[in-house]
Amino acid sequence: MLLNKSDVEKIAHLARLEVTEADIPLYANNLSNILNLVEQMNVIDTTGVEPMAHPLDASQRLRPDIITETDQRELFQSIAPQVEAGLYLVPKVIE
Amino acid sequence: MQWEVVIGLEIHAQLSTKSKIFSGAATAYGALPNTQACAVDLGLPGVLPVLNGEAVRMAVKFGLATGATIARRSVFARKNYFYPDLPKGYQISQYELPVVAQGTLQIELDDGATKTVGITRAHLEEDAGKSLHEDFHGLTGIDLNRAGTPLLEIVSEPDLRSAKEAVAYMKKIHSLVRYLEICDGNMQEGSFRCDANVSVRPKGQEKFGTRAEIKNINSFRFVEKAINYEVERQIEVIEGGGAVVQETRLYDPDKNETRSMRSKEEAMDYRYFPDPDLLPLDIDDAFIETVRGTLPELPDQKRERFIYEYGLTPYEASVLSASRELADFFEAVEKASDGEAKLAANWVMGDLSGALNKSGLDIIVSPVTPGMLGGMIKRISDNTISGKIAKEVFEAMWNGEGDADAVIEKKGLKQVTDTGAIEQAIDAVMAANPKQLEQYRSGQEKLFGYFVGQVMKATQGKANPALLNELLRTRLRSR
Repeated sequence: MLLNKSDVEKIAHLARLEVTEADIPLYANNLSNILNLVEQMNVIDTTGVEPMAHPLDASQRLRPDIITETDQRELFQSIAPQVEAGLYLVPKVIE
Repeated sequence: MQWEVVIGLEIHAQLSTKSKIFSGAATAYGALPNTQACAVDLGLPGVLPVLNGEAVRMAVKFGLATGATIARRSVFARKNYFYPDLPKGYQISQYELPVVAQGTLQIELDDGATKTVGITRAHLEEDAGKSLHEDFHGLTGIDLNRAGTPLLEIVSEPDLRSAKEAVAYMKKIHSLVRYLEICDGNMQEGSFRCDANVSVRPKGQEKFGTRAEIKNINSFRFVEKAINYEVERQIEVIEGGGAVVQETRLYDPDKNETRSMRSKEEAMDYRYFPDPDLLPLDIDDAFIETVRGTLPELPDQKRERFIYEYGLTPYEASVLSASRELADFFEAVEKASDGEAKLAANWVMGDLSGALNKSGLDIIVSPVTPGMLGGMIKRISDNTISGKIAKEVFEAMWNGEGDADAVIEKKGLKQVTDTGAIEQAIDAVMAANPKQLEQYRSGQEKLFGYFVGQVMKATQGKANPALLNELLRTRLRSR
């Protein structure tokens, strides 16, 4: 499978990555190679094989429902670019 | 053309755990902004989510209550999208393998019939934070207290055929999650919200029409209005020769309309994949059986019991079993009244509910307690007061004038059951109304009611009605 320029642009947009025009052919090629690898695997008959959700053969440990965290707002907000009234401020987003 | 409406609902119920689904931060509503958002909720580098067992228990409880399949193994997945109130850039959810699948729920329709609605799945996920678009110098404020609050997303089959059915289904789920004590159901605080997938198709056609999704509707009334508006809109589009576009729409309650929010083709490609930070969730039989042991009596079971145990009508039983608090109140009144179930049902559904509605009070803070109401009903059934006088007693109790016996005593409302006293009143009324008496005796039996009214008036409404009727009839006949 071969990705074209607009595929690369779409993927970059979904990942919010900036890609320069000059690099697009390179990315298209690299990503296509990954897809080709996947296609090779697709040839294998996996009927009856349970899909693997995680490489570790273990299951999720459950945590008791206890509040263990304290308020560290001041500490966390000390590294935020802009805060006001306890809120993190970000560029305006309206849907 | 005849159109058929097809609706499926996605309900988000916030699970009432103390801590978040993947972190030990508190979930309490109303805290100061960002004081309950820890490093995990903020998505800081190096943190790892650890699943809250209580959230799993609650999801399983819901599954068992809807006769669903509990997945022995379910998997958490990342749903990727960018929005500032989602700091990690993905929401941890479940995709291919949800914890609960294929349940059912019975809803009661207006005509008294019941309908079974399929529940496709219910999965665990984390809530996002809140964006505040008020003016912060042209910036948006982000509060991440809600980020990481556990949600159970309950997805119905497209089985609903009208806005009314959708509301009945939503109310039933609302009642159920509160019975199960897994969600407080508070819609103002956003603990219970709903997305509606709506489409229309010509009656008889099998293939579904293109659907639009109405996002984040937070009241039963708005669900009904939003769906009705959307149905009208889609029919208009199609009959006007156009085609419905698959998209997300927002309901605006002020204008009573839905508006396009974003078109699906443009934005949403969530690129789900299993979250490598979380291992698969394994649930064994022992866990399921332990949870099964904690199931309370469910609304439908309670409703059935109310019908056979108390002889209530299906309608009364439905109303009284709709919420656990109301059902408990009714049963306490029934007990306090020494088994006067019918009267208890009438008073709880009638005067009590009316008074609560009028003053906007919740039943758990009712100024008239079950003991007081039951005590009053006892005085009706032992003929101390009539049903009519009881209304006066109820009002006095509501206004804090004490229990029924105290009110009856203080206001002298005790019913007159003394034959002599009633007869005296009858004689006085007959003497004062010779014309009516004559008309009655010459065959105008309708006037009987007039005499009853006059005698009641003369006794300030305190005459025992049955006794009055009996005495009056004899008296009027004898010359």
